[in-house]
Amino acid sequence: MNLSSALEVVTATDPGMVRSHNEDSITADGSMGLMVLADGMGGYNAGEVASGIAVAMLTNELRQALESSQARLADEPGSPRAVALIKDSAGKANAAIYQAAKSQPQYAGMGTTLVVALFYDNHLAVGHIGDSRLYRLRGDGFEQITRDHSLLQEQIDSGMISKEQARYSQNKNLVTRAVGIDPEVETEIHTYEVESGDIYLLCSDGLSDMVEDDDIHNTLSMLRTNLSLAAQQLVQLANDNGGRDNISVILVRVLGDYAVPSSWFAKLKSWFG
Amino acid sequence: MAKLIMSLENAVIREVPLDKERVTIGRKAHNDIQVDNLAVSGEHAVIVTLLNDSFLEDLGSTNGTLVNGNLVKKHILQNNDVIEVGKYKLKYIADQVAGKSSVADFEKTMIMRGPLPQPGAAAAPGGGFGDTQINATTTVSSPSHQPLSGKQQEKLAAVQILTGPNAGKELELTKNLTTLGKPGVQVAVITRRPHGHFITHVEGANFPIVNGKALDAQAHQLNDHDVVELAGVKMEFFLKNG
Repeated sequence: MNLSSALEVVTATDPGMVRSHNEDSITADGSMGLMVLADGMGGYNAGEVASGIAVAMLTNELRQALESSQARLADEPGSPRAVALIKDSAGKANAAIYQAAKSQPQYAGMGTTLVVALFYDNHLAVGHIGDSRLYRLRGDGFEQITRDHSLLQEQIDSGMISKEQARYSQNKNLVTRAVGIDPEVETEIHTYEVESGDIYLLCSDGLSDMVEDDDIHNTLSMLRTNLSLAAQQLVQLANDNGGRDNISVILVRVLGDYAVPSSWFAKLKSWFG
Repeated sequence: MAKLIMSLENAVIREVPLDKERVTIGRKAHNDIQVDNLAVSGEHAVIVTLLNDSFLEDLGSTNGTLVNGNLVKKHILQNNDVIEVGKYKLKYIADQVAGKSSVADFEKTMIMRGPLPQPGAAAAPGGGFGDTQINATTTVSSPSHQPLSGKQQEKLAAVQILTGPNAGKELELTKNLTTLGKPGVQVAVITRRPHGHFITHVEGANFPIVNGKALDAQAHQLNDHDVVELAGVKMEFFLKNG
């Protein structure tokens, strides 16, 4: 099912003001309803390699799965197939990076964060590992949907420090989960209902560490009519605040309904259901 | 490594390095920092140190724990904080090994495995890969980098409407972003940046006109007394004194 008429997608990525190269990798395919963002880590160019592998593996795996299957991804009770697909492909990306890091000394210890969004049947499945995030703007409400796998988040959860204190912590950049570090990784995946007019933001910590949530929220609501300007503006804000890390942004606007047309049998069943 | 300097009535008693994850303070003998004073509870407080941050937590002591004169339950210690338990003072001195590693290195995302870092654990394998650290203890104090928005020292600016029903009205540009115009017809945004104010087209078929010239899609820097025309309304951009 082609979602390009239902989703408007823009992307922006920038090395920032301090780094010489960009270790973030992103891809966004509106027709497939798939967006992937990865923030790599590792010496020399290993960070780019790790994030590049993650994005390529997920895109290819999911594209193949979506094209080969006859049935479209549909909302279903329990754990929908979209969740299984993300889990599988993230697992493969993890294995590929782990193998590459083990077999080639210059890549030893490389890894990457990951956030992936898959739109299907008026729903959205979000998978993430590490501290790359997904936010949602719905009407006036702006919400962080993913919860970081980071030391800081664990400290907040355990009540050791408050969200206010967390702003001043020096441990912002320690993730507790990453792709490619261990033979196995657990991807956190949840599904959400989507509403027409929603705007979703996927971003690396180069944005969320440098720009406060309130400023991200203001920028998105004021510039919601012009998504590409909003993306540019977010990158610019992060850079104006110091731009200490690579900054990547994917914005998705839900233009309209993209429900899977139900079959005559399903309709019949629902009449008698 | 961060440390505490313990003193009583301005006489330094000893220095205590925060060399393990939990350093306990109390009257009983098993505490790391034993304070022999009846005003101090048996288990009075604990300092948990994780990499560069140390957290002080009062363990429900009878007489409480003060930091810089204020009663605290939990507190992230900042350099030169003075902790008071009973009559004793403990001054927190943050790690002073700044500059060993560049800020850029420090900012890099690192993976941390296991529930808590073990102080003194070996650095990541392959020392050459300095930025990927697993369970490593970084002994670098970094300049804290709170987002700067709102703190920047830009000049205050405003827009005054020159024509139309709202002529004479003035709008101060106090936010990072200010949108102007009529939604659905023509909207532009003025962004406040460290080096000035910029106007950019947001929506509508027509682009904003500055001093008689139509802009393109690029941001355009505004100068004092520039005249902007938007959706048929003229307005003047000007810098305010002070």
